[in-house]
Amino acid sequence: MIFNQKFECMPPGKLKALQLERLKAITAYIDKDCPFYQKRLAEAGLHAKDIKSLSDIQKFPLTLKDDLRNNYPYGMLSVPLSKIIETHVSSGTTGNPTVVGYTAEDIDLWSEVMARSLCLSGARPGDMIQIAYGYGLFTGGLGFHYGALKLGLSIIPCSSGLTPRQIKIMTDFKPRILACTPSYSLYMAEAAREAGIDPFKSSWQIGIFGAEPWSVNMRTEIEKVWNMTALDIYGLCEIIGPGVAMECPCKTGLHLFSDVFYPEIIDPDTGKEVPEGQPGMLVLTTLTKTGMPLLRYATRDIVSINREPCACGRTSPRISKIQGRTDDMLIVRGVNVFPSQIEQVLLNIEETQPHYQLIVDRKPNGMDELEVLVEVKEQFFSDELKKLEALEDTIKKQIEAVLGVGASVRLVEPKSIARSEGKAKRVIDKRNI
Amino acid sequence: MKITQISIFLENHAGRLHEVTALLGREQINIRALTVAESRDFGVLRIVTDQPDRTLTVLKAGGFVASLTEIVAVEVSDTPGGLSGILGILSENKVNVEYMYGFVEKHSEKALLVFRFDNTDKAIEVLTRSNINVVGKKEIETL
Repeated sequence: MIFNQKFECMPPGKLKALQLERLKAITAYIDKDCPFYQKRLAEAGLHAKDIKSLSDIQKFPLTLKDDLRNNYPYGMLSVPLSKIIETHVSSGTTGNPTVVGYTAEDIDLWSEVMARSLCLSGARPGDMIQIAYGYGLFTGGLGFHYGALKLGLSIIPCSSGLTPRQIKIMTDFKPRILACTPSYSLYMAEAAREAGIDPFKSSWQIGIFGAEPWSVNMRTEIEKVWNMTALDIYGLCEIIGPGVAMECPCKTGLHLFSDVFYPEIIDPDTGKEVPEGQPGMLVLTTLTKTGMPLLRYATRDIVSINREPCACGRTSPRISKIQGRTDDMLIVRGVNVFPSQIEQVLLNIEETQPHYQLIVDRKPNGMDELEVLVEVKEQFFSDELKKLEALEDTIKKQIEAVLGVGASVRLVEPKSIARSEGKAKRVIDKRNI
Repeated sequence: MKITQISIFLENHAGRLHEVTALLGREQINIRALTVAESRDFGVLRIVTDQPDRTLTVLKAGGFVASLTEIVAVEVSDTPGGLSGILGILSENKVNVEYMYGFVEKHSEKALLVFRFDNTDKAIEVLTRSNINVVGKKEIETL
């Protein structure tokens, strides 16, 4: 079943014409209603009338995450605040978090693309879905919720965590679909086994996993353990949340809903478009959003794109799984982590610039662990163990408060963190993603 | 009346303690008293040496994080109840002991213990008033 045959299977020529028309309209809209873009476009000497073909978009400047942060909280909106019916906030790095405001039309759009995504996975109206993504400021839980409502699924809004209860609900309610982070699905398999339940016999036939990068090997493992079809979903809160792109059971890339999110793949260094099929940074323009439309948003995610029609019948371009990042962002248990966040915490506590290192590893049960090593400095060294332990605790609590994800903290000797060319290596990712 | 202790941060792994002692040995620094306090991943080595200031310089040059702390060395009668008597005086005067350990060699017929108090000056005052021998820097260095 294809949720929106008209748009998802639109002939390429017609799709391009639609994208061009929408691109012109959105550019005119933000130039008129968003003070940030008014200024940005005026500085670049560009306006909607300069868009004659889709490739003209490349003349326009990129929008960066810093733009969102610098215009905290409402500076990126194109509508008065009274038109915003929902706001989501992602964890901040060194300063302000990223705020995304949705109008009623935007929530409709989100429901639409999530309904398409669920349909892509094989979900059908009447199926029961267990949503084990967090509900709240994080877009995962509510994004799935809106899409499931639109498609007509039966929703169990579990949110994340409380694993024994998740297992009990799976066993007793027999939902067909599971939505959570891929690592959490493996963690739950472990918990099921401990509870004497064979995950292979579970009711889940379809798993929709996202919010963190995962490998093909991990897919094989999840499918083997849970006896399900495991599919990848992509999204980011700045654009809409989950529902930007979704894999179909052909597993040959993630269908990107390009009638509403216009994709470009560029070389992050030169800014030039890369040839089709080559990896580059994904840049997205929201073609129809009204609350906080973004023009050429630099996602920092490295993907390649395939514009051939898919065996499933859809014509939408497909992006590869995320192959990396252009910055040093890590995703740990679905949460974005920047080393600069840790740096800021340490700076606040010690008023000095300590050397630190983040080590991310995936435990055998599938859960990611974040360990923060901090080199001890004379300024905060004490002969009393309790003071050093209290310091570890303080760092741990503040890191957890800023990141929203648990971390362990270990004080280490000076110079014990490996440095290359005098610069400490900030991140060691031991996960094989 | 106070003496100087050197505290050193050490990660809990094999050979680290040996590296400190080897360094001090090479530098002809004699350890008079020591103790190791350990947590899950790290430890703090506390030592009293015959040349505290030089010890600190040598350790820092060797890449260790080390600091000086003022502590008190007290003669304790090497008989049953000896330590209890001293702790009783401190307790009555509400002085708290953060940690304590013993010297390797004896100063006299009495045992020599070092204390880290929450209030060093007050501790010295009450001990001296009670005729407890608080051993000075010079005596430690020439032990």
